[in-house]
Amino acid sequence: MKELQLLIVGNGMVGQRLLEELSRMNHVYKITVFCEESRAAYDRVQLSSYFSGATADELSLVAPGFFEQNNIRFLHGESVQSIDRLHKSVVGTQGTVVEYDALVLATGSYPFVPPVPGHDRTGCHVYRTLDDLDAIRRDAADCRSGVVIGGGLLGLEAAKALTDLGLQTHVVEFAPQLMAVQLDQQGGAILRNKIAALGVRVHTGKSTQKIIDGDQCRHKLVFTDGELEADLILFSAGIRPRDALAREAGLAVGERGGVIVDDNLRTSDPDIYAIGEVALWQNRIFGLVAPGYDMARKLASRLCKQTAEAFTGADMSTKLKLMGVEVGSIGDAHARTPGAKTCVYEDGIKGIYKKLIVSDDGKNLLGALLVGDTSDYDTLLQYMINALPLPEAPSSLILPSSDGKPMLGVDALPATAQICSCNNVSKSGICQAITNGCTTIGSLKKETRAASTCGGCASLVKQVLDAELKRQGIAVNDHICEHFAYTRQGLYHLVRLNKIRSFEQLLEQYGRGLGCEICKPATASIFASCWNDFVLDPKLVGLQDTNDNFLANLQKDGSYSVVPRIPGGEITPQKLEVLAQVAQQYDLYTKITGGQRIDLFGARVDQLPMIWRDLVDAGFESGHAYGKALRTVKSCVGSTWCRYGVQDSVSMAIYVEERYRGLRSPHKLKMAVSGCTRECAEAQSKDVGIIATEKGWNLYVCGNGGMRPRHAELFASDLDDATLIRYIDRFLMFYIATADRLQRTSVWRDNMEGGLAYLQDVIINDSLGLAEELEAQLQSLVDTYACEWKRTIEDPEVLKRFRPFVNDDLPDEQIVYVRERGQKRPARAEEKELSLIEQGAPV
Amino acid sequence: MQLQGIFTNAKWHDICALDDIVAGTGVAARLNGEQLAVFNTGNGIFALGNLDPFSGANVLARGLLGDIAGVLVVASPVYKQHFCLQTGRCLEDPEISVPAYQVRVCEITNRILIRAYTE
Ligand code: SRM
Ligand SMILES: Cc1cc2nc3c(=O)[nH]c(=O)nc-3n(C[C@H](O)[C@H](O)[C@H](O)COP(=O)(O)OP(=O)(O)OC[C@H]3O[C@@H](n4cnc5c(N)ncnc54)[C@H](O)[C@@H]3O)c2cc1C
Ligand code: SF4
Ligand code: FES
Repeated sequence: MKELQLLIVGNGMVGQRLLEELSRMNHVYKITVFCEESRAAYDRVQLSSYFSGATADELSLVAPGFFEQNNIRFLHGESVQSIDRLHKSVVGTQGTVVEYDALVLATGSYPFVPPVPGHDRTGCHVYRTLDDLDAIRRDAADCRSGVVIGGGLLGLEAAKALTDLGLQTHVVEFAPQLMAVQLDQQGGAILRNKIAALGVRVHTGKSTQKIIDGDQCRHKLVFTDGELEADLILFSAGIRPRDALAREAGLAVGERGGVIVDDNLRTSDPDIYAIGEVALWQNRIFGLVAPGYDMARKLASRLCKQTAEAFTGADMSTKLKLMGVEVGSIGDAHARTPGAKTCVYEDGIKGIYKKLIVSDDGKNLLGALLVGDTSDYDTLLQYMINALPLPEAPSSLILPSSDGKPMLGVDALPATAQICSCNNVSKSGICQAITNGCTTIGSLKKETRAASTCGGCASLVKQVLDAELKRQGIAVNDHICEHFAYTRQGLYHLVRLNKIRSFEQLLEQYGRGLGCEICKPATASIFASCWNDFVLDPKLVGLQDTNDNFLANLQKDGSYSVVPRIPGGEITPQKLEVLAQVAQQYDLYTKITGGQRIDLFGARVDQLPMIWRDLVDAGFESGHAYGKALRTVKSCVGSTWCRYGVQDSVSMAIYVEERYRGLRSPHKLKMAVSGCTRECAEAQSKDVGIIATEKGWNLYVCGNGGMRPRHAELFASDLDDATLIRYIDRFLMFYIATADRLQRTSVWRDNMEGGLAYLQDVIINDSLGLAEELEAQLQSLVDTYACEWKRTIEDPEVLKRFRPFVNDDLPDEQIVYVRERGQKRPARAEEKELSLIEQGAPV
Repeated sequence: MQLQGIFTNAKWHDICALDDIVAGTGVAARLNGEQLAVFNTGNGIFALGNLDPFSGANVLARGLLGDIAGVLVVASPVYKQHFCLQTGRCLEDPEISVPAYQVRVCEITNRILIRAYTE
């Protein structure tokens, strides 16, 4: 059988997607591609990142070897000049002639440059291709200012690029507002303020008459009223479909451009198809990549005669981040539907504007506009696309989150709900892939492409995954491990209610097997939170995690660090002296930590007891840097010394640190106290933050630094000392009772149904009637506190565990150090070998 | 005390008393210039090399004991890979293993004996 020739004109985003879709199917074509640009397909959507660090290679959409592997003839840097429909062949600009059985136009669009006099002066640019950007970059090198003509979505993106290049940037817009296509007047005004605050000068309602030589700059724009000078000019006045080729070949084109296609993406010639931005369907052009991808997919399966799915248009909702300003526009954002009602939330101070467009019966969402905060975008989009019934008071959907916003569970979404609009993946598509064995986000992405383009749907995809796994019983079960069919909370309650104090008993009654490094430390932590028994007790020591096991932090070379408690960061010179002496005597690397204390590194396990004996004698206590326990309570200097302080933050920090020291919890706990609102102790990044006010203390909870920083939330204001401590007691005990293993307060809070309001209800209003019990539990832990290191050095049986070898007292010779900046550090592998050879030790 | 093994060049070496190891934990020991990790699971004694191949530190004796799907294991205290107490095989990476030694407890003296080849 003769091979069928498939010819594709254009290797942009959509043309490339068509090739990928075809390569996933079993097609029968010999494919030829004409690629006009100097580079094969790249991610035009992320074009601007080229100016903020991305390389052309990173933007590429073509996997290395893709064309060769799929036997595609790729004509690089050659455009199609004309189509001969009679003989079914085309001729390229370099003379290549190719015949076709089927031809696909994927020629995209070009930036429209208004024909004002002077538009073609040197130094005038457009913003569409990597080559355009290279030209802009070259030119900008000796420019100080730039102006973007056009204040639409792309114009603002281009303006961002110019500021990235260090130019004083102007935006000139003909309409009276920015982004008139997507936003209403108020939204445009908020956006304008935000962008102006970034140093970009915005000129709306300006019509450019001509461009001439400038006086101070290279160019001068002359408006009907006024003028503006700049060194570089960038046109971004809209796009036009690249339909010239089709036009000349006599194909039907739209009145305002675009190659007319039917629901099968066929042009007026049945052997020629058009997809992407060049295609005009039902008199509409789709200037976004998602509809183009949808066309590519449908055309591929049509060409392979698999299915004949019709193209049915696309939702043009968009969410983007322009110059750090979030903007979202959903559905009928301009409220053009007859009878539509609107509902608006505006915070002029924060620059947030949200608007809902609701059907006249108030039951359905028709559209929405979001400026300054698009966190509600996903939810609102689902309401609109799937015509979900709106809640009683739709306004609750856009009010700030602390006001108990109703959550839209993924379970409420119908199977047809579109989850990823870039790649048109529905909820049922995701569920199908899960059934076929994708149980991780990574494999789902590969299989369905969901969340792989703009990434905006990632959180939703994850929620569907979790819910579906649960439903299909492929349970990502919440059992703590294979030995206990319980959650950590479950185990906690079993331990507390049944007064269980040993792992053997717990295992015998509620578990199976022997336990592991997950359930053992979790149980040890629960025992500590409930009974506060000595952690190195023979019946507990085998349960302790790496660090608790020797009451110190294990380093990569097997040595340990020593971190004594320095409550509130306050330390006497005498105590500093002791630290210095100990550090010198044992040659410990010494460093100030990020938690206002001092870390001594490089102690061998057999040295730990001697070091701690010296420290305990000088009045130091364990700092629990090794435990999932209270770490530090950071403090500023407060009213005692600071001219702004309104309360004694140091005294409060020391009190708090001494009250909660040694408290073991599901994960580590950090706290801080600041003496006034200047907040030098960074209390708003802690699990518990306390900030002084004129009248008392503001309490913040559930902040986090680390991998996923989260600001703490204001929990209660102007508390007196006693109330403050009472709330913290209850809060900590409630966290200990209900959190998952290794769940910081921040994540615990984010997963809490009912959110902050619920937590406040439990802690402040005692809605569960638990307050008294929680306080009593915490008080009993305070009463039974004892320094673990003091206890250890006093107990010869326990000290036995710190011997280097059970049958030899010589320390491990394989821990080797070299010196750097006057202190020791672990030797690297090469250095270590050398030194061992020198020592003559067996290597 | 050294007992003669079945193979002429392999001997049983006395390491320590049974109650030198708290049940559910391990200790480090030296034998012929090698570092060993000797474990008392509470139900049996096992011995592996002490060197953790992933971190290069001599720390396996300080790992947590347990079982994964019935296989007795120690979890490295550094990066938490599991090693089978019986064979020394790493559960995460079957290419990697640590030496495993034969162990017995003398019924009369209650001392732990480990069999190793002497040079
Ligand atoms: C020593 C110190 C770095 C320093 O030189 O400054 C440090 C060192 C370690 N940090 Fe840290 N962190 C130190 C302050 C911090 C801070 C800053 C702070 O507390 O103000 C943070 C961010 C704040 C936060 O936790 O919210 C911090 C976030 C982490 C995290 C990430 C936690 C998270 O929720 O994402 C880990 C990993 C973990 O705990 O799972 C971590 C874990 C570690 C460990 C324990 C890693 C380990 O298991 O070996 C490091 C060992 C210390 C050692 O061997 O002695 N460290 N670590 C700081 C000790 C403070 C102290 O005096 O106790
Ligand atoms: C700066 C910028 C930001 C954008 N941001 C977004 C966004 O956030 N979200 C979104 O959805 N969309 C965005 N877009 C739009 C998106 O890039 C387009 O919708 C998408 O690229 C259209 O794909 P296409 O293949 O139809 O056209 P193109 O990607 O333009 O590809 C067409 C290709 O055909 C080539 N060609 C044309 N004529 C010929 C010929 N005769 N012979 C050979 N080759 C030819 C062209 O050189 C071009 O390489 C953005 C666009 C730009 C410029
Ligand atoms: S937080 Fe306030 S009181 Fe404390 S040091 Fe800073 S300015 Fe002074
Ligand atoms: S919506 Fe863009 S990747 Fe899914």
